[in-house]
Amino acid sequence: MTLLGWVSIGLTLLLVLVLARPTGIYLARVFHSEGARMPLNGIFGPIEKLLFKLFGIKETNQTWKSYATALILTNVFMMLLVYTVLRLQGSLPLNPSGIAGMEPTLAFNTTISFMTNTNLQHYSGESGLSYLSQTLGITFMMFTAPATSLAIAFAFMRGIAGKPLGNFFVDLVRSIVRVLMPIAIIAAILFIALGTPQTFAPTETVTTLQGAEQQIARGPIASFLSIKELGNNGGGFMGVNSAHPFENTNGINNMLQIVLMLLLTTSLPFAYGRIVGSAKEGRVLFVAMSIMFMMMLGIAVTAEQSGNPALHQLGMSGPSMEGKEVRFGVAQSALYAVVTTASETGAVNTMHDTLTPLGGLVPLGNMMLNTVFGGVGVGFVNVLMYAMIAVFLSGLMVGRTPEFLGRKLEIREMKLIAVTLIIQPILILVPTAIALVFYPETISNAGFHGISQVLYEYTSSAANNGSGFEGLGDATPYWNISTGLVMFFGRYISMITLLAVAGSLMAKRPVPVTSGTFKTSNATFGTIFVGTILIVGALTFFPILVLGPIAEHLTLWK
Amino acid sequence: MNTYTSSSNSRESSTSHSQGNNQGGGLGTIIRMSIGLMVLCGLVYPIVMTAAAQTLFPHQANGSLVKDDSGQIVGSALIGQSFTDSKYFHGRVSSIEYNGAGSGSGNLAPSNEALTERAAQSFSDWKENNPQVAVSEVPADLLTNSASGLDPHITPQAAAVQIPRIVKATGLSESQLTQLVEKHTEGPDLGLFGESRVNVLLLNIELGQLLK
Repeated sequence: MTLLGWVSIGLTLLLVLVLARPTGIYLARVFHSEGARMPLNGIFGPIEKLLFKLFGIKETNQTWKSYATALILTNVFMMLLVYTVLRLQGSLPLNPSGIAGMEPTLAFNTTISFMTNTNLQHYSGESGLSYLSQTLGITFMMFTAPATSLAIAFAFMRGIAGKPLGNFFVDLVRSIVRVLMPIAIIAAILFIALGTPQTFAPTETVTTLQGAEQQIARGPIASFLSIKELGNNGGGFMGVNSAHPFENTNGINNMLQIVLMLLLTTSLPFAYGRIVGSAKEGRVLFVAMSIMFMMMLGIAVTAEQSGNPALHQLGMSGPSMEGKEVRFGVAQSALYAVVTTASETGAVNTMHDTLTPLGGLVPLGNMMLNTVFGGVGVGFVNVLMYAMIAVFLSGLMVGRTPEFLGRKLEIREMKLIAVTLIIQPILILVPTAIALVFYPETISNAGFHGISQVLYEYTSSAANNGSGFEGLGDATPYWNISTGLVMFFGRYISMITLLAVAGSLMAKRPVPVTSGTFKTSNATFGTIFVGTILIVGALTFFPILVLGPIAEHLTLWK
Repeated sequence: MNTYTSSSNSRESSTSHSQGNNQGGGLGTIIRMSIGLMVLCGLVYPIVMTAAAQTLFPHQANGSLVKDDSGQIVGSALIGQSFTDSKYFHGRVSSIEYNGAGSGSGNLAPSNEALTERAAQSFSDWKENNPQVAVSEVPADLLTNSASGLDPHITPQAAAVQIPRIVKATGLSESQLTQLVEKHTEGPDLGLFGESRVNVLLLNIELGQLLK
C-alpha cells in the first residue's frame, strides 16, 4: 500500500481523536446536568419540553427495575409498529416500485434487527422495502435504537457513580433531540452535497451508451445514511450497503462515514470521566481501546495488501481487489472493515466474505471481543463490565475485596457479570454448531471458509453488529428466526443484568480510598484491562477461529 | 464539575418516591412517544431533508444523471455500465451485469474454487481480446468483481492497458487515447482520501464523441 494510504488512515483517525473529547463533554453535559446548564439549551430546550408534554413524560428518577421495564416495553411496542409497516408495505403509500408485503419470518428478523441496533439484513433494500418502510420503519428505528443505547449507557454510568439512574423516557427523547437528530441533519446535507441521492422519485430507467436498458435504483438515501453511521446502526439502504456508489460516493464521503461511526463511541470514555469526576478514569480506557484498535487495523491492512495466493498463481499481481471498490482501494476498505466492527456498526464498503482469511478474522475478533470501543452506549457498558472483571481478578490475586470507583464488587455483582459474560458465547457457538450440522446447504463457500461464514453470522447477531459474510443463503425461516432470537437476547439480557449491577452499586455506601486501594486510572490497570479482554476472548473463541479463518489461511499459504 | 447537586440532595426522597412504578410514564407514554417519534424521525426528518436536497443540490439528489448531446439520459455518473464493445473502455467484471435495479457480487471467498475458475476465464478472455498486452500487466481490479457490481471506476493502469485494443478497433491514435484517459483520471479526493481512478462511463461518452 502506498504511503498516501497510510497518511489518509492517519488523518481520518486524527480527526476522530480531535472530536472525541469535546463530543464526550457535550454528552456529559446533556445527560448529566440540568436545564439551563445544558449546551445550546436555547434551541433544544423548548423542543424537548414540547415533546415531553406531548408524550406525557415527567422528569422523575426511576429504579433500575422501572428503567429496564420502560426500556423493554418501549422497544417491544416500537417493534410491533414497524412489524406492521413491513407486513403491510404492499398496500401502503410511498411504494413506487410496487414491492409486496414482507414475509413473516423475514419481517420478524428485520424488526428485531433494527430495534436492537444490529441491522442484520436478510433482504435487499432495492427490492425488499418500499420507501415508506425505509423511512417510517427503518429510519425511525435507526434513531430510537441508538437512543436506547445512549440512555442505558448514561443510566449505567450514573449508577456506578452513585447517582440516581435517571428516567428512560427523558433519556430517550433527549438523545434524539440533543444528539442524534442535529448531527444527522448536518451529516445528511454533507452526504447530499457529496453526491448521495435524496429523493422519493422512483427507479430511473435509462438507455446506456451501448443501447441496453439499465435500471437505476435510488431513494431517500442521505437521510438514512447519516443516522445509519452516527447511530452505529449499519443497515444499508441498498443491498450492498456503503459499497454502493450512491451510498458511498467517494473518498471524502467514505471518510465522513468512518468519523461518524466512531464519533459517539470514542467520546463515551470522556463523558464517563466527567461523570465519575475523574478524567483519568476515562482516559485510560480510551487509550487501552485505541491500542487494541491499532493492532486490529495493522493485521487487516497487511492481510489485504498481501493479496490472494490462489489468484497470484494464475498470474494476477497485487492486493486483493475481489469484493472491493476501486475508489476505496485496500487502505480505505480495510480501515472501514475494522471501524465498522470495532464500533459495531455493521455497514460495509467491501464484501467481508471476500476478505483474505486474516483480513476477515479481524472483524470477527472485533465483534467477539465487543470492547474495541463497541457500539454506541452498550459497547461502553460492556467495556465497564470488563473493567470490573479486571478489578475482580486483581482483587483475587492480592486477596482483597475488589472495589470499583469506591464501591465494593461483591457476590451479587459478580454473579450478574458472570451471567452476562457466559451468555455471549452460548448465543454464538450453540447456534453455529446447529447450523453447521443441520443447514450446511446454506453455506456458499465450501471448506473452512464455510465455518467462518456461519460463525460470522451469529457473532454479528450476538454483538448487534449486523454485517455479514453475505454469500450465506440466510433468507430462510431457520436463519431468520434463529438470528432474530440471538439478536434479541444478545441485546436485552446484558442490558438487564448490567442495569441491575448499576442499581446494586448505586445503593452501596462508598468505601474510603486508602493506600491499599487498587487504582483504576493508571497504565497498570490499562494493561490488566487489555489482558483480561484478550484472555477471556481467546479462551472462549480460539478453538472455533482455528477451525475457520486460521485453517483457511494455512490452506491458501501452504 | 458536578452539576447534579440539586438532585443528589433530594436523591433519597426522589428514588423512594418512584419505587416500583414507571413514574413519568406508563403505557400511555410509551404509545404516545413511540408514535410521535415514528412520525418525527420516520416522516418529518426524511421529508424535510428531501425538500432541502431538491432545493440545494437537485442534480446530486436525483442520482447524478448524465445526459448526452441530444439531452437523452444515458446513465448516472456514479453507476457503472456494462461495456462489451471492443471500441469502448471496459469496466470491472460484474456478476450482476451492472443491473442497477439491485446490487451485489459473487461473495466468493479467496479459497473458493469458483473464484479461481472465474478469474481464469477472465484471463483467457483478456488474451483473446487484447493480444497486444500481456496478462501480467493487467491490474487486479479489471479481472475481479467489485463489491457492488456497479463500480463506475477502474484504475488508471486498467484504462491504459486497454488502449492498444481500442487503437486497433477505432483507428484513433494512442496519444489521443492516452490524453483522454489522463483527462478523466481523478486523484484521491482532496489529494488524500481514496484512490486514483477513471470513470468508465464519462470516459466512454467522450470517446464516443471522438468517434462520430
